[in-house]
Amino acid sequence: MLTRIKGGRVVDPGNIDGVADVWIQDEKILRVVPQGQADENSEVSGAPDRVIDAGGMIVAPGLIDMHVHFREPGEEYKETIETGCAAAAAGGFTAVCTMPNTRPVNDCLQVTEFILEQAEKACGVRVHPVAAVSRNLEGKALCEYAELKRAGVVALSDDGRPVMSSLLMRRALEYAKGFGLLIISHCEDPDLAPAGVMNEGPVATRMGLQGIPNAVESIMVMRDIALAELTGGRLHIAHVSTQESVRAVREAKKRGVQVTAETAPHYFTLIDADVGAYNTHAKMNPPLRSEKDREAVIQGLADGTIDVIATDHAPHSSLEKDLEFDLAANGIIGLETSVPLSLKLVASGALSMSDLIRKMSKNPARILNLTREIRPGAIADLTIIDPNAAYRINAENFRSRSRNTPFDGWEAIGKPVFTIVAGEIVWRAEG
Amino acid sequence: MRAFRKDILDISSLSDEEISAILDTAEQMKEISQRPIKKVPTLRGKTVVFFFHEPSTRTRMSFEIAAKRLSADTVSISASTSSMVKGETLIDTARNLQAMNPDVVVIRHACSGAPHMLAGRLKASILNAGDGLHAHPSQALLDMLTIRQRKGDLKGLRIAIIGDIAHSRVARSDFAGFTRMGAEVIACGPPTMIPCGIESLGVSVTHDADEAVRGADVVMMLRIQKERLKGFFFSTEREYAGAYGLNAERLKLAEKDVLVMHPGPVNRGVEISPEIADGPQSVILDQVANGVAVRMALLLLVAGGVRDADAD
Repeated sequence: MLTRIKGGRVVDPGNIDGVADVWIQDEKILRVVPQGQADENSEVSGAPDRVIDAGGMIVAPGLIDMHVHFREPGEEYKETIETGCAAAAAGGFTAVCTMPNTRPVNDCLQVTEFILEQAEKACGVRVHPVAAVSRNLEGKALCEYAELKRAGVVALSDDGRPVMSSLLMRRALEYAKGFGLLIISHCEDPDLAPAGVMNEGPVATRMGLQGIPNAVESIMVMRDIALAELTGGRLHIAHVSTQESVRAVREAKKRGVQVTAETAPHYFTLIDADVGAYNTHAKMNPPLRSEKDREAVIQGLADGTIDVIATDHAPHSSLEKDLEFDLAANGIIGLETSVPLSLKLVASGALSMSDLIRKMSKNPARILNLTREIRPGAIADLTIIDPNAAYRINAENFRSRSRNTPFDGWEAIGKPVFTIVAGEIVWRAEG
Repeated sequence: MRAFRKDILDISSLSDEEISAILDTAEQMKEISQRPIKKVPTLRGKTVVFFFHEPSTRTRMSFEIAAKRLSADTVSISASTSSMVKGETLIDTARNLQAMNPDVVVIRHACSGAPHMLAGRLKASILNAGDGLHAHPSQALLDMLTIRQRKGDLKGLRIAIIGDIAHSRVARSDFAGFTRMGAEVIACGPPTMIPCGIESLGVSVTHDADEAVRGADVVMMLRIQKERLKGFFFSTEREYAGAYGLNAERLKLAEKDVLVMHPGPVNRGVEISPEIADGPQSVILDQVANGVAVRMALLLLVAGGVRDADAD
């Protein structure tokens, strides 16, 4: 199968940014022909079987969401690997990293293998499982990292729960280092805000909701940076939401600590005031923060402190969300809104298009030891984005099994139109 | 008279005119409670449901007496007896309530915002009888009524509210009501009990109880709960009583005609000394009496309308 992606702006940061044709032969990129340059090989390869007109579009290396929760095994009514992969494809993602807090927890070979088997039956989006740091996420004993790595795990995390024991975190960083595995840390000291349900501040005070101060996150960010420094292990900070965390990561990077960080679109799009009239679709952990924090997160993305945009896609049904705010579950879905929300950063001038592609493709690939490139011989994992498509976000049309998003009804500009994994089109937008 | 608003969820959503209408109506209601036959037929045929998801003696009784004096039919559901203990969600309870078509649902709930959830889903009027740490509008209205009766007007008064502001829905509703009526409000308590950004509610903050009481026209004391010891909010009741409690000596710093208030239930000897609670400046029992009048007014306004009352 020979495919020609014609006339798009090919943005592969560090390699190419310009209008070019991308030719795909089966699962690999055959050649990239910049506009105005003669295609010397066209006669050799012959006419394409398929032409994708990408005029006015962005052709990017395949996007990766390195932080999602698919609820299989255990809570399939919220999301399965199949529906999660469909949502990822529709959101422009060629790969996802699934967090281990399923039921049972992904803390052993069998669960990892099950996830990968289910992924084989899904739409083709690549699933890279993240396994637990500690058995059953209990913070008491290490999982079998070597075996998990052989099974296909790309990183370790107790996401959803912090690793409270500093000793266990130290050992995890050290032990994982031996197998070249990354530790993804959910930074939270829950003892500091035992009843907190939203950001601590004037909004929470007015609404009579218990607050979660920024220090709940930054205390653990600083601890984990200290432990990464001590051990030389590879640390990735999940869902950064506060200005103090951004500052801590920035300073650690300056010192040469092996630390990377991600944030989620909601942290640079919404603030605590958007909880509005007790909207449980604006309840997540970490919580939406203040405007100052939102600005600091954007600054962190702009100056390279925050490497990655990941969604923390957390599906919940009405059973968990149509409840009193105090009782509702944390988390929102993000796969199908990440691209348009992130493109707002390009529209506002905070990031260049190539910066954005770094945050959503190149950097997660580098951190996870994957590759995403648009050059001859590379695997053809590509995302084609129409940066000008204007539309209204309608959660009813989501491929995800859940609808817990605060962005339903939002006006958006820009959407993924083709998601291509190993040369196969796994998503094509209608119209 | 035009129909009043459907729900009373918090003070900040009420207009100045609505607050005045409630207080004026409450004044009219007071007289009914003084009659030998304390009952008018105004809400005859109306159904009022008391949905108390959290323990309450005073507020619940006050609302029940108010409803009965207006001849409404009343039904009570409490958390321990309701289907909530069987795992029914608030929304399902709400749907079931609606199916029985009550006119008013009075709700007390431990979660902030629970009355808002009901308000959006029920045709019945929702009266918030206290939600989490958020609001207790009928309490604030009865506090305003009590002060207005004694002082004529709240404008320009210096009102100190002392105690566990962080965990007090009464304080939040009082802040909203008192500042709206033009009073100067001082929030006082140990820093552990002053929530973040409280100044945004238009009040000033001090951690010095003497400073708060000095020159005050009204001193409102809040109940200190022993459970707060577990969250390390204070050290001992003994120390709290000395540092933040209202005693005779501290009260001397206030204006001579100061009013001493407390939303109850009182912890005698902790936040307020017995001689002050029972002293001449105390209007704590006036608050309770006014509570019935204010709740009659609220029920009447949302379920009846003043014209009906006149016609009767």
